[in-house]
Amino acid sequence: MAKRIEVKGLDIYYDKFLAVQGVSMTIEPRSVTALIGPSGCGKSTFLRTLNRMHELVPKARVEGKVLMDNQDLYGANVDPVGVRRHIGMVFQRPNPFPTMSIYDNVAAGLKLNNKRMKRKDLDDLVERSLRSANLWEEVKDRLNRPGSGLSGGQQQRLCIARAIAVAPDVLLMDEPCSALDPISTQAIEDLITELKEQYTIVIVTHNMQQAQRISDTTGFFNLQAIGEPGGLVELDTTTKIFTNPANSDTERYVSGRFG
Amino acid sequence: MSTPTTSLDKGDRNDKGRAREEAAALLADMPLTHGSLPRRAAPLTLLAFVLAGIAAWQTGLLGAAFAGILTAVGYTAVIYLWARRVEGPRGAFDRLVTAVVSSAFALALLPLISVITTVVSNGAARFDADFFNNSMLGVVDEGGGAHHALMGTLIITGIAALMSVPVGLMTAIYLIEYGRGRLARWITFFVDVMTGIPSIVAGLFVYALFELFYGPGIRMGFMGSVALSVLMIPVVIRSAEEMLKLVPNELREASYALAVPKWRTILKVVLPTALAGIATGVTLAIARVIGETAPLLITVGITRGDNFDPFNERMATLSVFSYNQYAYAPGHARDLFYERAWSAALTLILIVMTLNLLARLIAKLFAPKTRA
Repeated sequence: MAKRIEVKGLDIYYDKFLAVQGVSMTIEPRSVTALIGPSGCGKSTFLRTLNRMHELVPKARVEGKVLMDNQDLYGANVDPVGVRRHIGMVFQRPNPFPTMSIYDNVAAGLKLNNKRMKRKDLDDLVERSLRSANLWEEVKDRLNRPGSGLSGGQQQRLCIARAIAVAPDVLLMDEPCSALDPISTQAIEDLITELKEQYTIVIVTHNMQQAQRISDTTGFFNLQAIGEPGGLVELDTTTKIFTNPANSDTERYVSGRFG
Repeated sequence: MSTPTTSLDKGDRNDKGRAREEAAALLADMPLTHGSLPRRAAPLTLLAFVLAGIAAWQTGLLGAAFAGILTAVGYTAVIYLWARRVEGPRGAFDRLVTAVVSSAFALALLPLISVITTVVSNGAARFDADFFNNSMLGVVDEGGGAHHALMGTLIITGIAALMSVPVGLMTAIYLIEYGRGRLARWITFFVDVMTGIPSIVAGLFVYALFELFYGPGIRMGFMGSVALSVLMIPVVIRSAEEMLKLVPNELREASYALAVPKWRTILKVVLPTALAGIATGVTLAIARVIGETAPLLITVGITRGDNFDPFNERMATLSVFSYNQYAYAPGHARDLFYERAWSAALTLILIVMTLNLLARLIAKLFAPKTRA
C-alpha cells in the first residue's frame, strides 16, 4: 500500500506543443499532496501523467522520469494498464457506468477485468469500499438500482468507492469537488482525510481553502505567459505555502491577487 | 480634451445615448396587453373551412386535391387577416406560421396514410391462412399463397443480417476506437459512397461476382443475401458509428483508470452503453433492405414452389413475388393475381412495422437506466 512517487525532470507534450516543463517533485506516501494554480497551467495534465492517462490523447507523450518506489513508470517494459492497477483516479465530473447498478459500479474494477471472486467476498468488498467512501448508509437498500440515479455528490463518492475497491497504492483526484455543493464537498474532504491513512493522495483543486484544509503538501503550478509551457513553481508544506511562500508569484496567487 | 480622438469618442457616446433613449421610448410605447382572438376562434374557423372544402368536393364543385388546397389557403388567409386586426402583427405572424407548418405536416402525412389504406384494403382480400400455408406450386388461378416467398424473405434477409452486423459493427468500432489518419478517412469516405449505391447496382455486382465462379445464369438465395449485405453494411456502420460517438469519453477514461485494457473497455463499457442505439440501427437497417426487389430479381429469381436451401437454385421472396404476381398476371385471372400481390405487399409492411416496434422495445429494454 501507499507508495512514494518521485518525479524527475518531467516534460509533457501534446504532439509538438510542450505543455508542462521540467517538473521535479516527491510525493510522500500516506499524505495528501494538493496541486494548485491558475487554469491552463498544466496541473491536470501533470496529474494524468502519473498513471499514464495522458498518453490516451493522440500523439501525447512525456519525457523524463516518474518513479514509484524507485521503479520508472515510463520504463521500456512497463505496461500502462499495470500502472493504472496501482494508481487509481477520480475525475472532475462523476462518471459512474450508466449500464451498471451501484453494486456493479463498485465491483467494476474486478468485474470488467473478469476477476472471479466468491459472491460473499465480493459482497464484503463492495460494502467495505462503500463504507470507506461514506456512502454505504445511503445506498445499502438500493444496491441494485442504477448508479446514475444518485445525486452528484453521491455519484462522486460512488466513483471514489469504485476507485478504492481495486486497492490502489496511490489515488489521483482531478478537482473531485468542483461540481459539488458544499455539503457533498465536506463529505468528500472528510473522506480524503480518512483515506490518507492508507493511500498516497494527489489532488488538483482550484479551491485554496480546500487545499489548506486537507493537504499536507502543496505544489503551486504556473505558466510564465500564454503559449509558454507551465511548470511547478514551488512545492512545500501547505502551511509554508499559504503563510510564507518562497516565491512572490505563489504569494500573490494564494493571497488572491492574481489567477 | 481638445484632441480629435476624444471629441470623436464623445460623439460616439452621444450617439449611443440617443439610441438607448429611442429604444426606451419604443419599449414605453409597447403595451403590456393586447387583444386576442376568442379562445375557439382558430379551431372553429378551421372546422368551417374543412366542412366547406368537403362540401365543395362532395357536390362535385371541386376536385379533392383542389378543395384541400383551397381549404388550407382560405383558412390561413382568414386567420391571418383576422388576427392582424385583433392581435397585431406579431400575433398574426404566429398564426400564419402555425397554419403553414400544420399544412406542411398534413401534406407530408397524406401519402403515408394513402399508402397504408390502399395496401390494407387491397391486401386484406387474400390475407388469410391459405395465403401463408400454400406456395404457388400448381396454382393457375384461385388459391395459392406466398408461404415459399415469406420463408425465402426471412432466410435471405436473415443471412444478410448475420453477415452485415458483425462486419458493420466491427468496422464502426475500428473507425471510432482505433482508426486515425488517412486510412480511417478513406474508409469513412467509401462508406458514405456505399450508402448511396443504387440497389440494382448491388444486384448486378453480386451477379457478376458469382458468375466468375459458377458460370452464366447462376442464381441462388445466398447471392441475394450478399447483395443485401452490400446495401446493409454501410447503414449498419453509419448508425453504429453515431451511437459509439455518443458514448462519453469519460466512461472510457473511468474504465482505463480502473486498469481495464482497451479491448475490454470497448467490449464491456462502450458497447453495452451504446447497445440500445446499435440494436435500433441494426433493426432499421434490416427493415431498409427487407423490401428490396431489384437485386433479388437478378440474383435470386423466383420459384413457384418451396425452396429453403439458400445455396441451391432459385428462391422466392415477398418483394419479387409481389412484382411477379403483378407483372405476369394472366388475362383470365388478373384480379386473383393482383390480390396476391397486394397481400404480399401488406405482409412486407407488417414485417417492417414489427421490426420498427421491435427496435423501440429493444431501445427501451437496453437503454442505460437513470432512475434510482
